Amino acid sequence: MLGYLTRRFLTALVSVVLASLLVFSALLLVPGDPAVVILGMNAHPEALAALRTRLGLDVPPAQRYVQWLAGVVRGDWGESLQFGRPVAALIWVRLGVSVPLALGAATIACLIALPLGIWAALRRGSATDPIVILASQLGAAIPSFWLGLLLILFFAVELRWLPAGGFPGWDRSPIDSIRALILPILALGLGQAAVMTRMTRAAMLDVLGQDYVRTARAKGLPQRSVIYKHALRNALVTIVTILGLSLTNVFIGSIVIEQVFALPGLGRMALTAIGNRDFPLLQGAILVYASTIVMLSFLVDASYGLLDPRIRYG
Amino acid sequence: MSGTRLNLVLGGWLIGLVVGGALLSFVWLPHDPNRLDFAAQFAAPSAAHWLGTDHFGRDLFSRVLIGARGTLYVGVIAVGIALSVGCFVGAVAGFVGGVLDEVMMRLVDVLYAFPAILMALLLAAVYSPGTLTAMIAIGLATVPIFARLIRASVLSIKGRDYVEAGRALGARSPRVLGVYILPGAVSPIVVQASLSLAVAVLAEAALSFLGLGTPPDVPSWGNMLREAQGFMALSPYPAVVPGLAIMLTVLGWSLLGDGLRDWLDPTTRR
Repeated sequence: MLGYLTRRFLTALVSVVLASLLVFSALLLVPGDPAVVILGMNAHPEALAALRTRLGLDVPPAQRYVQWLAGVVRGDWGESLQFGRPVAALIWVRLGVSVPLALGAATIACLIALPLGIWAALRRGSATDPIVILASQLGAAIPSFWLGLLLILFFAVELRWLPAGGFPGWDRSPIDSIRALILPILALGLGQAAVMTRMTRAAMLDVLGQDYVRTARAKGLPQRSVIYKHALRNALVTIVTILGLSLTNVFIGSIVIEQVFALPGLGRMALTAIGNRDFPLLQGAILVYASTIVMLSFLVDASYGLLDPRIRYG
Repeated sequence: MSGTRLNLVLGGWLIGLVVGGALLSFVWLPHDPNRLDFAAQFAAPSAAHWLGTDHFGRDLFSRVLIGARGTLYVGVIAVGIALSVGCFVGAVAGFVGGVLDEVMMRLVDVLYAFPAILMALLLAAVYSPGTLTAMIAIGLATVPIFARLIRASVLSIKGRDYVEAGRALGARSPRVLGVYILPGAVSPIVVQASLSLAVAVLAEAALSFLGLGTPPDVPSWGNMLREAQGFMALSPYPAVVPGLAIMLTVLGWSLLGDGLRDWLDPTTRR
């Protein structure tokens, strides 16, 4: 088990390094001199030279990459060109909005999808089953940012129950900050719930069709015991995979939702960084997203052994 | 009607509507989609404007029809990129095996860490954001799905007797792959292409909404939603209409994909 986890962790680490290489290399492809791209054609030569030094453009790319990566490991992610502050600190502050948003959306999605998916699987063929299937098909087709606009239209513009956008900040007003996140969490979580409901239903149906479930039923075990002790435990491996996927989806989906609700999160900052040609900040933000996806995938793999003792590790 | 048939028919109808609308826009539009008419700002649906108008008085139906073109164009090209690159990588990796397989699939795995929006952010930093970068971003982000799918199919087919017979008859590797193995992998590719088109439509709309896709001056569903965002208190139609168009198109591709999967799978076909 430990050997498998170590190997899997090292593979994830290699993926993170390769992802960082991709991010770094992509920005090397910026046509022309990045300093001119950032400061403009009419910039003073001294300002251009200073920026080149600041961006590390005066050293070879390979050396620059190693320096950057070493800095990332040490927590020195460079300095934002727009804000003039350390990139790591800026990202940390923005994660204070993006992470609660993603976790809230994933929680809502799980709270709806897991019971509903299991319930639909247990009632396969009943009158309610097609309704759940149709609702989940429709829900999965709704773009989260459109759902966000509809929620604003109804709950903020019509009913005036919740704010249409903005974020006061955790230190200024925690209650208002939570209120500001309710609609974004719903917009992001409801669509994900639809996707997860379909997957959970399919996973449960798969397990319910297995011989050992039929045997458990034939032995006369109560329905509750068949479902919770035999079916659900075995479906958990698939459900955890779904959970990992959904966390990835909501974290990436938060980039669009932050824009809809004008939330000062990491995604919105990355979009601003593109407009301002703030490459160090953009590099850091993209690296955080990509590394999170890789690490979530590692955590999902790592959890398999805990959930299913049949999985043997070399 | 069985569930499989219902999915195929409903999905086919929805996609038929979108394709028909896009084709119709080349020969007929009720109004010029870019004509400003301030006397008709925020009009509700009527005989003159079937789906109402936006904040510039532009006809929403005409703009939705033009938007259908862009959605299909970006979706089909993006999935085409993913299919070509993914199939090549997956087929070669699965067929050759060994170190090449390991290296190619590790590189493909790295792409998993870059969903379409993230890839688009990266490309937008290098080149200007636009339709081309959106297509490439969506395409590259979808490559791993096709690569894994084809690799799995090739691995399961390449050991079969008729493939061995082909080799024994003197067929060279490219012929074995192209004539004996890949045709057996067509079904899952067709199904995945339809499902990926659903994801591509959502991704294109999201990128346009963020300003990373179709240029703002071209009517696209994502652009229409972005523009409508500031005027929702004045009229819901500019926000509701393009959103519905996106939802129905995504639903269409998903239903078609589900229907095709069940139809092509002999264990579920009745």
